[in-house]
Amino acid sequence: MPNAEFPHKWGMVIDLDKCTGCQACVIACQAENNIPINTKDYFLQRRAYEWIRIERYWEGEYPNIKARFMPVLCQHCENAPCEPVCPVFATYHNEEGLNVQVYNRCVGTRYCINNCPYQVRMFNYWHPNWPARLENQLNPDVTVRTRGITEKCTFCVQRLRRGEIEVEARGGQRLSDERITGGNYDPACVQACPTNALVFGDLEDQDTSIKPYFDDVNAHPGHGEHDRETRGYRLLEEMNTRPSVIYLKKIDQYPLKGGH
Amino acid sequence: MQEGKVLPAAQVNRDLLRSILETPRWFWPVVSLLGMIVLAAAVTIGIMVDRGLGITGLNYKVVWGFFITNFVFWIGISHAGVMLSAILRLAKAEWRRPATRAAEVLTIFSLMTAMIMPIIHTGRPWRILYWAFPYDFARGVWPNIRTPLVWDPSAILTYLTSSTLFVLIALVPDFAVLRDRTTGWPKIVYTMLAMGWEGNPRQWKLQIIAGVLLSALILPVFVSVHSIVSWDFGMAVAIKSWHSTVFAPYFVVGAVHSGVSAVVFAMILLRWAYGWQDYIRHEHIDALGRLLIVVATGWFYFLVMEIIFGIYGLEGDELAVRALQFLPGDHGVAYNVWMIVFVGITYFLPVILWLPKAWRRNLWIMSVACISVNVGMWLERYLLFVPGQANKQFQTFTWNDYLPQWPEALIVGATFAFVSMLMLLFSRVFPLVPLYDIKEGDILKTEMQIGRRTVPATFRED
Repeated sequence: MPNAEFPHKWGMVIDLDKCTGCQACVIACQAENNIPINTKDYFLQRRAYEWIRIERYWEGEYPNIKARFMPVLCQHCENAPCEPVCPVFATYHNEEGLNVQVYNRCVGTRYCINNCPYQVRMFNYWHPNWPARLENQLNPDVTVRTRGITEKCTFCVQRLRRGEIEVEARGGQRLSDERITGGNYDPACVQACPTNALVFGDLEDQDTSIKPYFDDVNAHPGHGEHDRETRGYRLLEEMNTRPSVIYLKKIDQYPLKGGH
Repeated sequence: MQEGKVLPAAQVNRDLLRSILETPRWFWPVVSLLGMIVLAAAVTIGIMVDRGLGITGLNYKVVWGFFITNFVFWIGISHAGVMLSAILRLAKAEWRRPATRAAEVLTIFSLMTAMIMPIIHTGRPWRILYWAFPYDFARGVWPNIRTPLVWDPSAILTYLTSSTLFVLIALVPDFAVLRDRTTGWPKIVYTMLAMGWEGNPRQWKLQIIAGVLLSALILPVFVSVHSIVSWDFGMAVAIKSWHSTVFAPYFVVGAVHSGVSAVVFAMILLRWAYGWQDYIRHEHIDALGRLLIVVATGWFYFLVMEIIFGIYGLEGDELAVRALQFLPGDHGVAYNVWMIVFVGITYFLPVILWLPKAWRRNLWIMSVACISVNVGMWLERYLLFVPGQANKQFQTFTWNDYLPQWPEALIVGATFAFVSMLMLLFSRVFPLVPLYDIKEGDILKTEMQIGRRTVPATFRED
C-alpha cells in the first residue's frame, strides 16, 4: 500500500556510456519475471518477448564503424499514452509513479501496444510454456501470464512489495521509521548490470543518486536541452510522455573518423 | 422526370413478392455454398480462440492487421444505408426509391459483420462483455470512457438500433401486403409484424412522420459513427501517419464512396437474380453513378490532403512511414506498388468508367467499377493502418513487417459470404425493394391535363 507519510516516485537512470550491450539485464529480466523462452520460432514469427531489450545501432560504414547500444524498457511515463486507451482499465498509473498492468482485466485489444511510442508492450500470442524442468525455476512472486493479454516491464514490483514487507518486519510498523530506498530494492536488470549502467532510485528520497539528473532534465525540458548540465535526456522527448527513465548520453572518446 | 412506365399496383406486388412467395431454383445451392464458407470461417475462429492469436500473422509490432482493416471496411459499407435512405429522402431524390431498403438492410448486416471483427481480434474474446456491456458492479471498475474503443461500441450500437428501426418502420406496410397474401404460419408471423396495419390515412401519416423523423435523427449518426471509428486511429499519438485530424471527414467520405458502390453492385445482382428490370432501372444506376463521381472526387481530395498534412510537418519519423508507403525499398511488401494500384482502382478507373452516360447505363461496366472501388477501399484501410505500425517511431531497431496468414484471409473472405448469405435470406422473407415506396413514387409521377398544361396530379406536403 502506498504510504502517505513517505510517498514514492520510482525512477531509473541509464548511462549509455557504461552500457556494453552484454544483455545481462535481458536475461535477468527473463528469469525474474517468468517470461517465456524466446525460441527460434518466436523470433521467426517476430514475436520474441523482451521486457527490456538492447537496441543495437551501427554508426558509420565498415570498417570505420561503431556499435551503439541502448537498453529500452517500459519508461513508466507520467503522461503515458497507453493508459487512456485501455477500455477496461487494465493499465493505469499507481501512486508510486509506476505504470501498472493488471493481467486479470486485460482483454487483449492491443490498443496500448499501438499507442506506446517505445514499443515495450508485449502481447502473448501463444500460451507460454517452458521445458519440463524449467517450470521449477518460475518465480512464485510473479504471475505466469496466459495467452491473449498484454504484459510489460513492472519495475519488478514484486521486489518492491517484498522490500516493503521486510522493512515493515524490521521496523515493526508500516514503513514509518525506515524508507525503502534504492539500496533496499532494485529491479532484476539493475541488479544484474555488470557496469552499473542502470541505476534505480526513489525520486522522493533526496539522497538518491538519480535525483540530480531528473531535476536537471525537468528544469530544462524540450527546447532547453542545450542548457542541461548533465548528459541526461529522455527518449522521444517531443512526445511529452514524461518518462520516469532518463538516459545519459554516450561520451565518445574515440569518435568515428569524419564523424562528429 | 423519370423514365419507365407506371406499373399497376397489382403487378408491383406480384413482381416484388415473387422472391418471397416462390423459391428460385438457384437459391438453396447458393445459400448452402455461402453457408459452408461461413462455417469454415466459424471453425477457424474456434481454432483461433482455442489456440490463441498465434495462428494469425500478427506480430510484436503490427498488432492490428486484417481484422481491423476488415472492421473499418464493413463499417464503411454500412454508411450506404443512411446516405441513400435518410439523406436522399430528405433531399427528395426520387430515384432513391428502389435502393433504399437494400441499402438499409446492407447497413444492418454489414454492421453486424463489422462488430464480429474487433471481438474475435481481441486476445480474450470471452471477456469482451466486460468492456462493451459493463456489468462489473462488484469491483466498481467501469469501462474507461477516455478510450475510442468504448466510444466505438456505443456509436455502432446506436447506428444499428436506428437502422433497424428505420427498416422496420418502412417494412410495416409491406408486411401487411404479405399478411394478405400468405397462408399458414407465415401469415401469423406477418400478421404480428404488420402490427394491425390497415392502410388508413392516419397510419400512413404516422408512418411518413416516423420515416422523416428517423431520417433526421439518423443524420448525426451518419457523421459520428465513422468519425468515431476513425478516432481509433486518429487518437493514437504514438503512430505516425495515424495521428491525424483529417481522419474523421476522410473516413466518412470514404465510407460513402465504398458503401454506395456496394449498394449499386448489390442492386445489379438483385436485378439480375430476381428479374426486377422494371424496378431497378438504368436511370437509377445512372443517378447513383453520378452521385458516386462527386463522392469519389471528395474522397480523393481528402486522400491527397491526408498525405500532404503528413508530409508538411517534415518530421523524420512521419517521413519514414511515408517512405514505406510511397517509395520502393528493400522491405518485403512492396507498399508503393500497392499504393499505386489502390489509388488507380479506387479513383481513376471507376471515375473514368462513370463519366460517359452510356457506360453508367451499362450494368457490366458499372459492376466492374463498383467492385474495383470496394477492392480499392479495402486496400486503402490496409495501406493506412499497417505501414504506420511497421515503422512506428524512429527506433529503427524495432521496425517490422506483417504478412497475413491463411486464417485471417479465410475469415475476411467469409465475411463477404456472410453478408451475401444474410442478404439472400432476407430477400426470401422480406421484400428487398419497398413496395409502397415504389407505388408512392408512381403516384407522384402521374400527371393530368388541365387545359393545355400537363401538371403533376399530386404533390406532397412534407
